[in-house]
Amino acid sequence: MMRDQLRNQVCNLKSGTAISGKWHSHKYYIVRKLGEGATGVVYLAQNENDEQVALKISFANMSVTAEVNVLKQLSKVHGKVLGPSLLDVDDWAVKQGTVMLSFYVMEYLKGEGFLPFISRKGEEWISVLVLQLLGDLEGLHQAGWTFGDLKPDNLIVTTNPFRLRLLDVGGTTQHGRAIKEFTEFFDRGYWGLGSRKADGAYDLFAVAMIFINGAYPKQFPKQEQPLKQLEKCIDEKKILRPYKKPLMKALKGEYSAASYMKNDILNVVKGGDKKPQSSSSTNNTTYATTGRRRRVKRKKKRTAETFFLLISVAIAYFVYFFIQVW
Amino acid sequence: MRNGTIKQILLITDGYSNTGEDPVAMAALAKEQGITVNVIGVMEKDLIDEQSTNEIENIAMSGGGVSQVVYAQNLSQTVQMVTRQAMTQTIHGVVNKELQQILGSETKLEDLPPEKRGEVMEVVDDLGETSNLDILILVDMSASMKSKLPTVKEALLDLSLSLNARIGYNNYSIFLFPGKKKDVEKLLDWTPNLNKVSAIFPKLTAGGITPTGPALEEAVKHFKKKRSTRGRLEEYDERSIEESGL
Repeated sequence: MMRDQLRNQVCNLKSGTAISGKWHSHKYYIVRKLGEGATGVVYLAQNENDEQVALKISFANMSVTAEVNVLKQLSKVHGKVLGPSLLDVDDWAVKQGTVMLSFYVMEYLKGEGFLPFISRKGEEWISVLVLQLLGDLEGLHQAGWTFGDLKPDNLIVTTNPFRLRLLDVGGTTQHGRAIKEFTEFFDRGYWGLGSRKADGAYDLFAVAMIFINGAYPKQFPKQEQPLKQLEKCIDEKKILRPYKKPLMKALKGEYSAASYMKNDILNVVKGGDKKPQSSSSTNNTTYATTGRRRRVKRKKKRTAETFFLLISVAIAYFVYFFIQVW
Repeated sequence: MRNGTIKQILLITDGYSNTGEDPVAMAALAKEQGITVNVIGVMEKDLIDEQSTNEIENIAMSGGGVSQVVYAQNLSQTVQMVTRQAMTQTIHGVVNKELQQILGSETKLEDLPPEKRGEVMEVVDDLGETSNLDILILVDMSASMKSKLPTVKEALLDLSLSLNARIGYNNYSIFLFPGKKKDVEKLLDWTPNLNKVSAIFPKLTAGGITPTGPALEEAVKHFKKKRSTRGRLEEYDERSIEESGL
């Protein structure tokens, strides 16, 4: 009961409420609530320099610490800005100092949600945003991390230029460990198409589902044969059909890296400019076969090398043999 | 190095116990023996009355665990969240004890500055991933649960999907209450593989009474039985793993 009361209070902080940190003694003023999740609430707040920041207070103090750890790790991922940058971590004493609430402060990303952006700007933006997302994921995966809870709610489109950013990094997990947070529609485990062990392909499954969600904003529940169901969903939407190959590959977990999926989608986008839709799939297959052919050539070259080596060794041996006999 | 084993009882119910021992007392007994008791209350459209909600909270509190009342459709996510949370809580408790030994009797994790706390949390995280887990699931079979049973089954399979993704080993056991003849009935003995449950999970309820207390008591006993028969098995397992060169 008491926990519920506290939770209620934390969820309904009034605008103007001052939050001061116990350790670093920075002060923040609540502006308004931005969102609420399973582990805490995010507020828009103002710091002492009147700058806007996002402030997350948790009901479970340990989850703040865990998330801060992830944010710190992400800032180490070289060269790419993945999540919002971390500004401060502290405790806030409430009820005359009897209860400590952990919070952290991060950069406030101003923008529009993924799905509202698509419905306002048009479906052709789905592939653009997904390509950006795949680029970011490549960096994250290479650093050994899986984003985990990848879904439209955790994506925001910032303006000038339009750029997709990742919001809630709480679910980020090291490759090879169990996914901590997920949302059923975007979870391959829910669809019976793989485990909940973190790996790059786990995120790529979610990317495919985000793509599908862009065309089906209402989502849909799982049926008896999930893979067939999803295939049908792709077939039934004009915007999804050209991307069927990369989407199905991602759903089946056949991509070993985000960059491959990015390439395949990019190829559809390029091909789609000249000849729309039906040709794009053949485009893809030629791409695949050239890859294979190149490998065959390389193999031939390798056999030739071996043969040449063998001959020269034989000749050398004969020369040696004759010299010995002379 | 061998990792410790976390022991949990997960009670899934939708109402108030009405026969036998007090479940709150039984949960306290479980806690004394190092077993955490978590409780999930399942509602459908009907809300659970306050009396039941209180009991659910009290069982979890005296069992050192986590409780949550949810709608049936959210069961899968809740089951895995509650289990996870309780594991972290247990580990957290152990780590706190260690800290107190190192830093003095009054020190808790919250008393450390945020930077240091982060380092400790990494250890807690590691342990959560690598610890072994023995989880005994107690499912309420009173008449009102009938329509929720398919969802419960789904949720349990989903739980095993989440837990089996961890590095640590898991062992599951399932008990039903009331059973067909007795207060409690064993559906599944300790097994690392919960998939079997989809074939044997009952579709019909036993109806009538809700003997939550006796069910908890029986569950605690089952942990003890396991320890005595499994001690040798575990040793054997480890040897065979070493021999296979893994």
